[in-house]
Amino acid sequence: MTQAQIITDEMVAEHGLSSDEYRILCEHLGRTPNLNELGICSVMWSEHCSYKSSRIHLSKFPTSGERVICGPGENAGVIDVGDGDVVIFKMESHNHPSFIEPYQGAATGVGGIMRDVFTMGARPIALLNALRFGEPDHPKTRSLVTGVVAGIGGYGNCVGVPTVGGEVNFDPGYNGNILVNAMCVGLTRTDHIFYSAAKGVGNSILYVGARTGRDGIHGATMASTEFDDDSEAKRPTVQVGDPFTEKRLIEACLELMATGNILAIQDMGAAGLTSSSIEMADKGGVGIEIDLDRVPQRETDMTPYEMMLSESQERMLIVLKPGTETQSRQIFTKWELDVALIGKTTDTGRLVLSHKGETVCDLPIAPLCDLAPKYDRPWIETPPAPVLEYGDLPDRDAVSVLSQLMSCPDMASKRWVWEQYDRHVMGDTLFASASGSDAAIVRLHDSEKGLAMTSDCTPRYVKADPFTGGKQVVAESWRNLIASGADPIAITDCLNFGNPENPQIMGQFVRAVEGMAEACTALEFPVVSGNVSLYNETNGVAIPPTPTVGGVGLIPDLAQRAGYFGACEGDSLYLLGPTAGWLGSSLYAREIEAMRDHAPPPVDLELERKNGHFVTEAIRAGLLHAVHDLSDGGLACAAADLAIASQIGISLETHDSLPNHGWFFGEDQARYLVCLPASRLEKLQKLADKADVLLTFVGEVGGKDITLGSARMNVTELTRKWEQWLLEYMESKHANGS
Amino acid sequence: MRTAVIVFPGSNCDRDAAHALTMVTGKQPAMIWHRATEMSTVDLIVLPGGFAYGDYLRPGAMAARSPILRAVRDHADKGGLVAGICNGFQVLTESKMLPGVLMRNAGLKFICKSVELKVARADTPFSNKYDEAASIQIPVAHHDGNYFAQADELERLEGQGQVVFRYCDNPNGSLNDIAGILNEAGNVLGMMPHPERAMGQNGDQGDGQLFFKSLLDAVG
Amino acid sequence: MKAIVHIALKPGVLDPQGQAITGALHSMGFDEVTDAQQGKVIELDLQGVDRVAAQERVEAMCSKLLANTVIEQFSVEIVD
Repeated sequence: MTQAQIITDEMVAEHGLSSDEYRILCEHLGRTPNLNELGICSVMWSEHCSYKSSRIHLSKFPTSGERVICGPGENAGVIDVGDGDVVIFKMESHNHPSFIEPYQGAATGVGGIMRDVFTMGARPIALLNALRFGEPDHPKTRSLVTGVVAGIGGYGNCVGVPTVGGEVNFDPGYNGNILVNAMCVGLTRTDHIFYSAAKGVGNSILYVGARTGRDGIHGATMASTEFDDDSEAKRPTVQVGDPFTEKRLIEACLELMATGNILAIQDMGAAGLTSSSIEMADKGGVGIEIDLDRVPQRETDMTPYEMMLSESQERMLIVLKPGTETQSRQIFTKWELDVALIGKTTDTGRLVLSHKGETVCDLPIAPLCDLAPKYDRPWIETPPAPVLEYGDLPDRDAVSVLSQLMSCPDMASKRWVWEQYDRHVMGDTLFASASGSDAAIVRLHDSEKGLAMTSDCTPRYVKADPFTGGKQVVAESWRNLIASGADPIAITDCLNFGNPENPQIMGQFVRAVEGMAEACTALEFPVVSGNVSLYNETNGVAIPPTPTVGGVGLIPDLAQRAGYFGACEGDSLYLLGPTAGWLGSSLYAREIEAMRDHAPPPVDLELERKNGHFVTEAIRAGLLHAVHDLSDGGLACAAADLAIASQIGISLETHDSLPNHGWFFGEDQARYLVCLPASRLEKLQKLADKADVLLTFVGEVGGKDITLGSARMNVTELTRKWEQWLLEYMESKHANGS
Repeated sequence: MRTAVIVFPGSNCDRDAAHALTMVTGKQPAMIWHRATEMSTVDLIVLPGGFAYGDYLRPGAMAARSPILRAVRDHADKGGLVAGICNGFQVLTESKMLPGVLMRNAGLKFICKSVELKVARADTPFSNKYDEAASIQIPVAHHDGNYFAQADELERLEGQGQVVFRYCDNPNGSLNDIAGILNEAGNVLGMMPHPERAMGQNGDQGDGQLFFKSLLDAVG
Repeated sequence: MKAIVHIALKPGVLDPQGQAITGALHSMGFDEVTDAQQGKVIELDLQGVDRVAAQERVEAMCSKLLANTVIEQFSVEIVD
């Protein structure tokens, strides 16, 4: 056993381990670790790999359900969509790398999440991305948008998986820490799901994919510390993506999976060879022996430490059934990928690494995982936010407000972004990004079933009231799926927060998780996979709490899909659900009055459920021409979406008792706008009576103008303003200069 | 009609092309790996879209030097039909089976959108089911679709009526709005737009169907 | 032995990347830039050939694969 280096306190600190954590490690080993072992333990115990600050709270999420085949704990969640089909999906953050090197950071984020999905046996069929940037005027924002979008497109387009949806938002809270959350959805059969638990003793371990280089060393610890002004100097640790290798890896792995040779498979993500080998061994209750000399290497003279901690992309580890080695290797050779047998499973329960004939690491696996620190960090509740009464705000000209809201950075068309993504490769995309549906819709190949997918978060609500905001995130995801005609099934989450060692931040995290959990339970919308990204802070300034949710639902018959593109001349518009005119933390308050952090709209989960089920019934009864959930910007913005998507006029009536701003722009929850011809009204009203929901006539479809009370604006003009903002922002003269 | 789709490492519209061919011909195409040196006789070879060899060096450059290209060339020399879609078009220009080159889009960005095309020739094996001068909607999705040829080459191309499809609103800077061209013999076509993505299944008008039906008709 | 291959667009071929670089530099105040051309450099490590043969064979590599001579020109530099 090599013990060349003495481990100093400084080295322990550099590895991000606390002195307590280091003491526990030494006690358990009965000796001090060598440098390789220290490196391995530090990444396994990093926030990124161990979830040490979040684990005890994540257990509050409901994770099972009728359609759940595999919940959190594997590479991705698995749900049953009937007829032997299963859908595998997950969302993950790549925030820190994307801030340092936006193109590669975003690209490798997309690559990593795809590997999580095809590792489990699914062919990736859709990608979504939730992106949050700093304010448009911040000097870095434009180049970050350019790089991130190009990176996502560069990777996803090349691999050939359609990017079908997502969000792009701007807020000063992300000036120093952008968020890049990537979601991948894959499809396979019930009998073709692969897991990561290594099995048996003496079975071969196959390394496949790209060679190992020095890139990304300590990425996992980087993702677990705050930024400071020196962070940009850490550029060399950012890994570079190779979508061409990923594409071949997908095809080769799916080909190998079809042979039945695989006992266990795991991608090498954060902390590369270390976390993949240890997780596989731990789950399977076996030991692993690796000869590092056999690891395909891209650079010369790599040390064991570097090989174990490298985050080179596009690599996988596979445990093979005995006797299948030759056939398995041939598949990867055909795809011109590096492949090597690097070790065996053992019965020792230890991770033993050899290099140039010497043992360079010998660690017990189970204790390393079991002893991983788990903290119940102190937290304090976010103080209650003041309630903003609509009477506190002056009423303004509704149409000019509408025009302002529809062309504000968060609402404006994101065409500049999504036209750079291949949204139609694979030939099954029915709805992607473009205006017209609350969720992306992709056909399950060669069937009449469809998947609806969406990503959502309203950070301004979560910041003002983490518990209510957490509930709202889940409710909005659920609503978006309902409005596309789907039965919501499950979610993946990506919890982006600041430094958990700060009790206020920890309080945001705890309460948001509790709110989400309550909504997931009430809506029978379990969490099947997810990721936590903490320490999103720069110089002590944390991002707004951003628990992004990726929702997936099933449309049993695509003929009954829904959207907000089909409004016809003469149709009537009805609002489902009650309106109190809630303006606190609304888009209106922020954009028009520059008022933030008031109490967000309350979320009544029973009402959400009731109204949602009614919408599903109305869609499936074929009553609606269009349906849209109400969210940012309330009734008027929903109606404007409808008008823009259908390119037709809409007139909304004013309210008897509410002032215009509360009525048109209030963000009360659990509401939908539905559009139908007069001939079907009676049927709809009957359904509404039976379901005991509130249906209110609000206006009509027709003409060329959008009319709010007596003020009007041409739909073409509104469309132009909505389309214009991002395009002008990105293409403006200073695009490359700032 | 017997068809084949060539699969390069990095092809990603091979399955989509096969799906469209199966829809129209009722028979699955042979999927031919790029390392193959020979293939059974077919009526039509499709070079599919994607990023063969990651588009590294230049789009289509490495694929154009793949072993299978010799068989594709032999097939074309004997009068067999070849259709290169998107990356397949780039492979055909790189292999000099079609004139010109596809450069980076004028806007420098990847573009994915449905575009309006004008059918410039409705008397080719690839377009005989369209009406002359018809406007059709077919999606594009590419980073390097900006068609360029030297002036004399371009003149010859136009003079001989080798342009089959033109963009109505040029998305990528292509000279003369060129979206798809034929070789001189009229049996090899390259086009940037993706007819296999416009088969009418996903709420589109299905304008790509006639592309494949034209081929079916031409082969008889 | 090493061969350094420089590949550039032929004069007269539209170079949108070069134009974008020029535009960006201008917007940053580098007004002295009148034009920019973006090309590629490929370094090849060679073994078992003399300089003359190397020059000849690398030129063949350029015309057969490394450059698209429809739009690109190349130059080869052999260094020890």
